[in-house]
Amino acid sequence: MRTLGILIGCALAAGAASNNTVLIRGADVYPVTSAPVKGVSILVLDGKIAEIGLKVAAPKGVRVLEGKGLRVYPGMIDSATQLGLSEISAIRETVDTGELGEFMPQLRALASVNPDSEHFAVARIAGVTGAMTFPAGGGGGGRFGGARQYISGQAALIHTFGWTWEDMAVSGSAALYVQFPSLGPSGGRGGPLPENIAELLGEPGAGTFTEMTRTYKQELAKLADFFDEARRYQKAKAANAAGFVPDLKYEAMLPVLDGKVPVAMAAATPRLIHDAIQFADTEKVKIVILQPRELGSAAAELKAKNIPVVLGKVLALPHGQDDPYDQAFTLPAEAYKAGVKFAFGTFDNEFVRNLPYQAATAVAFGLPEDEALKAVTINPAQIWGAGDQLGSIEKGKSADLMVTTGDPLEIQTQVKHVFIRGQEIELSSKQTRLYDRYLNRQ
Amino acid sequence: MKKFWIVALAALAPLYAENIVIQNATIMTVTKGTLQGSVVIKDGKITEVGEKVMMPQNATVIDAGGQYVIPGIIDCHSHIAVDGNVNEGSVSVSSMVDIKDVINPEDISIYRALAGGVTTANILHGSANPIGGQTIVLKMRWGRDAQSMIFEGAMPGIKFALGENPKRPGNPQGGRGATQTAPARYPATRMGVEDTIREAFNEAKAYKAQWDEYDAKVAHGEHPLPPRKDLKLEPLKEVLEGKRYVHAHCYREDEILMLLRVADDYGFKIRTLQHVLEGYKVAKEIAAAGTGASTFSDWWAFKIEAYDAIPFNAAIMQKKGVVVSLNSDDAELMRHLNTEAGKAMKYGGLSETDALAMVTINPAKQLGIESRVGSIEAGKDADLVIYDRYPLSDFAKVQKVLIDGRLYFDRDSDVSGRPAKALEKQKLIDKEKQSQPRPAGGRRPVG
Repeated sequence: MRTLGILIGCALAAGAASNNTVLIRGADVYPVTSAPVKGVSILVLDGKIAEIGLKVAAPKGVRVLEGKGLRVYPGMIDSATQLGLSEISAIRETVDTGELGEFMPQLRALASVNPDSEHFAVARIAGVTGAMTFPAGGGGGGRFGGARQYISGQAALIHTFGWTWEDMAVSGSAALYVQFPSLGPSGGRGGPLPENIAELLGEPGAGTFTEMTRTYKQELAKLADFFDEARRYQKAKAANAAGFVPDLKYEAMLPVLDGKVPVAMAAATPRLIHDAIQFADTEKVKIVILQPRELGSAAAELKAKNIPVVLGKVLALPHGQDDPYDQAFTLPAEAYKAGVKFAFGTFDNEFVRNLPYQAATAVAFGLPEDEALKAVTINPAQIWGAGDQLGSIEKGKSADLMVTTGDPLEIQTQVKHVFIRGQEIELSSKQTRLYDRYLNRQ
Repeated sequence: MKKFWIVALAALAPLYAENIVIQNATIMTVTKGTLQGSVVIKDGKITEVGEKVMMPQNATVIDAGGQYVIPGIIDCHSHIAVDGNVNEGSVSVSSMVDIKDVINPEDISIYRALAGGVTTANILHGSANPIGGQTIVLKMRWGRDAQSMIFEGAMPGIKFALGENPKRPGNPQGGRGATQTAPARYPATRMGVEDTIREAFNEAKAYKAQWDEYDAKVAHGEHPLPPRKDLKLEPLKEVLEGKRYVHAHCYREDEILMLLRVADDYGFKIRTLQHVLEGYKVAKEIAAAGTGASTFSDWWAFKIEAYDAIPFNAAIMQKKGVVVSLNSDDAELMRHLNTEAGKAMKYGGLSETDALAMVTINPAKQLGIESRVGSIEAGKDADLVIYDRYPLSDFAKVQKVLIDGRLYFDRDSDVSGRPAKALEKQKLIDKEKQSQPRPAGGRRPVG
């Protein structure tokens, strides 16, 4: 409890100058969408990148940041977090993911994001300037149990800094999180449950293969039924029928049915990925696949239909006893070779700051480094519908930038400056403050 | 099925040569600097390290041009290779149980740890009890039996645990306001954790006194009746006698200080504080007690007692004179402790050598095995890891791992052996399908 006191005591310390205009001079710039250029300047005006070039004149009174010897990259975006929704994962009172209810598309993560969560400070000073925050983890019914959940709500794309959640929002509805049925007890996330344990827990799918398949098909049908109902609602609304009563659940489905918001679904295996794609085709909705552990034959399908994937965690154990030890390490390289578009997600809160290290491990096991960088910058921006605002250093984009001493995927690289919408973020967190205090303890 | 794979993988491993020379490598010795050169191995021991070495006859040469060699990584906190549950949680003091009795040499985590450069691990009982079970140090000799995995001569240990975990059985439903359905087990608070440890050592002291009296009489040529052997108190008596190390799971500064003072009162030492996430707050006291600290690099906020955890913990404690190691407590994290050492450079600015020491010579010191392992020096065990590039980086991957001069992991063989193993697996699946008639109501999935 005393620690919570510190949390409350240290309100947003971002404090930086109220202006969001700056000239970063003479730095090595890595725009991601084009080749790196050395010794150039970036002018940020009113939170946006106004100019990039060898000779950029600083308008009068603009703060100049000497960038010599430093590198500038777009800020990183983590495609799978619960940032702002979960403070201390073991304490339910501090966790707002995992609502009750089977079909809950009307729930929105955004309005429950706590801008003062310590996790934001820790993530942004590591260079993570944007994140997808999801209304639930994987599995079923939220982290703390509950019944099988099919639709958990709307995931938000947010900046990791802002005074309010409105301030932080890039998109309050960047995806609808659907918990796609899985064959057997092992879902997309985490390891499999031993069969005997799954049976004891009464997990759906436990038992014989026939039973597993039956449950799976029933769940698929139930999910399809809900989408059908939503379609009928859409028609009824369009027809402006007499006695039409708005319904919050179906209302929330409309942007999905219109193809404006993708469904994000975890699917672990080629078969499940195939089924998820087929489901999306049948329902005519956009889809993003989360957390596959194996692509196999589904890779070609993903590529052909241009369906993006969120990969993670890279630092994960193999699924089965006899799977290769590097199964999770090599998956991103496999996805790349197959031409599948992907972004990385940490599927975590505490370890969001390790997003670049997950990406780097994929590089060690075969992924080209520039592709790894794209998968934490421009790819997530595009996948989540903000490709015109975030994810690269281009004129007109939001100035979400990190200034580093070197390659941001390398552990020893230090992040020297972080800008979010042009505003420089104070590089402090509860952790740096404790460090300063106790390093100097007598 | 499982057994088959273990055997198949093990068959790859023991490329045994009397003499091995690793050439053209960047050798990070940890204790004697970094050099370009060779390591000579004879009969499982390092015999020479240098820019120029004497080539022994009939040596197998490993050309590590452009690659890096570091000492085998030592994980001071792991629970792999344990058969079943790591917690005997029915009692507050479970010093009578021993991890040594439940080593599972076929746990695939051993091979995976090897593939991440780990050659030695401290295998601990869980943290459900203020005083937990006895612990054992293993070498990751994959393919060998349980007995052969034990690190010969390493001091046995015992696990202690403070804070939330040992409190949990005292609060079966999560504490205040909850309806208790299971009987509570003492303790339920940090106060009770301290008392449990004091009560146990109170007993152990009396027990030790009985034995001391007996031993004294025997030494005087008398023939007294020996006291009754107490299996719970025997390991605690060893702790009092300095014959068994205490590895104590802890998080908060208050409980850390409490344990150091309890140990003072009863005249024993805490060998290592494990996790010790608030160790940076009492680094001075830990250093003064001569106690080691084995921590995570950057875990935090997974529970309230980890909310003040900072990634600078290792660096602060090190700067204040504590011998610090970085551990995993996790079968996955165990596979990249080299990157965790890299984080000690990022957070707190430790030197490369100090950082690498935290996963090699420092845990060796904490486990009392530093004369055998933890650095690349003549006379030490040939426990070595070869990385394809600079190892304190997440871009590096392990190429080869040797223990006692034997090749236990080789990435090339692992990768090239996969098609054959897949074929072998398919054959077994086919065989099993044929041999099992389909029962009514369907069959269980295979594989």
